[in-house]
Amino acid sequence: MNKQQRIELLRLLEEDSRLDCGQLAKLLGTTAEEVDQEIKRLVDEKVIVKFPALINWDRMDDNPYVTAMIDVKVTPKRDVGFDEVAERICRFPEVKAVYLMSGAGYDLSVVLEGKTMREVASFVSQKLATLDSVISTATHFILKRYKHDGIMLEERDDDRRMVVSP
Amino acid sequence: MSRQAATGSRLSEVVSALKPSGIRRFFDLASSMEGVISLGVGEPDFVTPWRVREACISALERGYTAYTSNAGIPELRREIQRYLEDRFSVSYSADREIIVTIGASEAIDIALRAILNPGDEVLVVEPCYVSYEPIIRLAGGVPIFLRTTAEHNFKLTPQELERNISPRTKAIIFCYPNNPTGSTMSRQEWEALAPIIERHDLLVISDEIYAELTYDRLHDSFAALPRMKERTILISGFSKAFAMTGWRLGYVCAPADLAAGMLKIHQYTMLCAPIMAQMAAVEALRHGMQDVERMVESYRQRRNYVVRSFSDIGLACHEPEGAFYAFPSIKSTGLPASEFAERLLLEEKVAVVPGDVFGECGEGHIRCSYATSLEQLEKAVERIDRFIRRL
Repeated sequence: MNKQQRIELLRLLEEDSRLDCGQLAKLLGTTAEEVDQEIKRLVDEKVIVKFPALINWDRMDDNPYVTAMIDVKVTPKRDVGFDEVAERICRFPEVKAVYLMSGAGYDLSVVLEGKTMREVASFVSQKLATLDSVISTATHFILKRYKHDGIMLEERDDDRRMVVSP
Repeated sequence: MSRQAATGSRLSEVVSALKPSGIRRFFDLASSMEGVISLGVGEPDFVTPWRVREACISALERGYTAYTSNAGIPELRREIQRYLEDRFSVSYSADREIIVTIGASEAIDIALRAILNPGDEVLVVEPCYVSYEPIIRLAGGVPIFLRTTAEHNFKLTPQELERNISPRTKAIIFCYPNNPTGSTMSRQEWEALAPIIERHDLLVISDEIYAELTYDRLHDSFAALPRMKERTILISGFSKAFAMTGWRLGYVCAPADLAAGMLKIHQYTMLCAPIMAQMAAVEALRHGMQDVERMVESYRQRRNYVVRSFSDIGLACHEPEGAFYAFPSIKSTGLPASEFAERLLLEEKVAVVPGDVFGECGEGHIRCSYATSLEQLEKAVERIDRFIRRL
């Protein structure tokens, strides 16, 4: 599989990870075996990390999750900088994402998911704020997600074209 | 006795004699049905990229609502000039050789009207878009149809060109990448035609509306051949490349004398293209190429998918190198294309367009647009398979 096909394969899977090897082979003009091998290789190389579905939990009658973004100010440590504390924060399963930020009044941006606001608040006060290097936290709850990972969550994709046209 | 009574119609003879588009009847039938999967759509399945839509909204907000100069706003003509030079190595003067039109359709109309005298013959390379013949007739010309076949991947051969030229032949019109076959012409293939065209002093109307949608190599413009620009009217537009069909925005490029003639018709009949669409098109050409690349990648994948799927179910299909149509042969079924398409629609609710709509030599083929979702394509192939096996 050439470089272009590999990139296209990744983009196709990023869009729809349910596409099977046969479909992917047809789309990319190659064989199912080759696609299968390539996916295995990409998984081994940790280029493909997981095959998750993008779920809009807001559409569930009782959304089981609340999400918060937390600005965390920390003291960097000699030799390890921010990495040590960031990795510690990452280990909590409630933490969905951790980013080191530039230009903000804080250092780490932490995305946190919990069942209730109380649960998130208690995680912040008991687990996050109490870490040695953490100087301060500011918690922002997400009220509604409009777009996530490049995908508009509420967008309708009606086909407005005529059925037959020249 | 009134004049109408004498001729039997209030319409002109030319208009009375025009056949209604073969697609029309089919469209009426398909639109009256529920649950139809349509491979009959001759336009992109993408919505116009947001940056382009946003540029239009911004133009409206800033009050750009007036007429523009007849040929189009200078910024747009300059962008078209730059774009054609960069992409296809053809160079037209923004001031004297480019006219912005209401879609490529208007461009075809003014090109033919500008050059034809009554009785002039125009060679029409078929299968082709449905408007060429009627527009030639409306302009007083006589269409002479050139055949292309699946055996030659629907490319125009020198032999077919040569044997149809008469002393009355004024011009030739063709569209590559082609609707409905998806066929393209390479530089070498153009080079085999150019000496014949030159020897017979023909004008060339080159409809390049699908120029951006090629999947194996870049489009070769006929106008890029040595000495051909001076006899070529190049037509293109924003509809297919930028998914802007409803904006009705195209352009025509031609040597200054021809452009001046076309501009006369355009200024009296259209005045100018809508200003907000022109402003949006400037944005498309300046910053929209990455959107085009993304769409082309997706069409290429679906092209691969459809061609392979058709061959899996036993439908012979040449590899379309451009546009977003596959044009498989249905000759093995023994059905005429119109009957095949009608029964496929009624029995399996899949809409395709019978190939003979695009010219006699399209008989025995159906046009399948793959500008639709993979899910729909999969279902369509399944239903076509079932239909063929039942025949």
